[in-house]
Amino acid sequence: MILGRVIGNVVATMKDAALDGQRLLIVQPLDRHGREKGKPLVALDSVGAGAGEVVYWCRGREASFPFLPREVPTEATIVAIVDSVNIPGAGTGTGV
Amino acid sequence: MLIGRVIGDVVATQKAPSHEGRKILVVQPLNLDGSDRGDAVLALDAVDAGVGDRVLLSTEGFSAMTAVGRPNSPIDMAVIGVIDAIDLVDGAK
Repeated sequence: MILGRVIGNVVATMKDAALDGQRLLIVQPLDRHGREKGKPLVALDSVGAGAGEVVYWCRGREASFPFLPREVPTEATIVAIVDSVNIPGAGTGTGV
Repeated sequence: MLIGRVIGDVVATQKAPSHEGRKILVVQPLNLDGSDRGDAVLALDAVDAGVGDRVLLSTEGFSAMTAVGRPNSPIDMAVIGVIDAIDLVDGAK
């Protein structure tokens, strides 16, 4: 799983029927210091995450498992809203 | 699988039910010389690893969820071993 922050959402009217009712969020990956690292991507939401929240997401085939028995075509799904990241020696400057 | 170092953990109240009751570890993948290999990732703990441990990191879903004992779960990485020692032939990097 990868740590990231929700920075937006995507609206799509025409989409795969199995995506109906699913929220498409834009997530920015974060490094261990809470700094933006890499490029944003689109992920489905399974936990009610919202803009600005720190989350982590799951990649690959496993990303569709939160929606079982529905077969939802997703390769990235947010599976947790992060309360805190504890890294000894990293100080408190993680912004998380 | 990759070799990694546990550098921290994450607390999350709102999460997939299959992630409950397992530590969520921040793991920094390592090269064989001990330097950082890419960015840190989050992995569920299957072996009671802790901060500072050098560990075996599964980066594929089936093996990860099998190790954690939660089939058909959104788990793509897991710590599946604590490494005691690594032996390399002379000159290997």
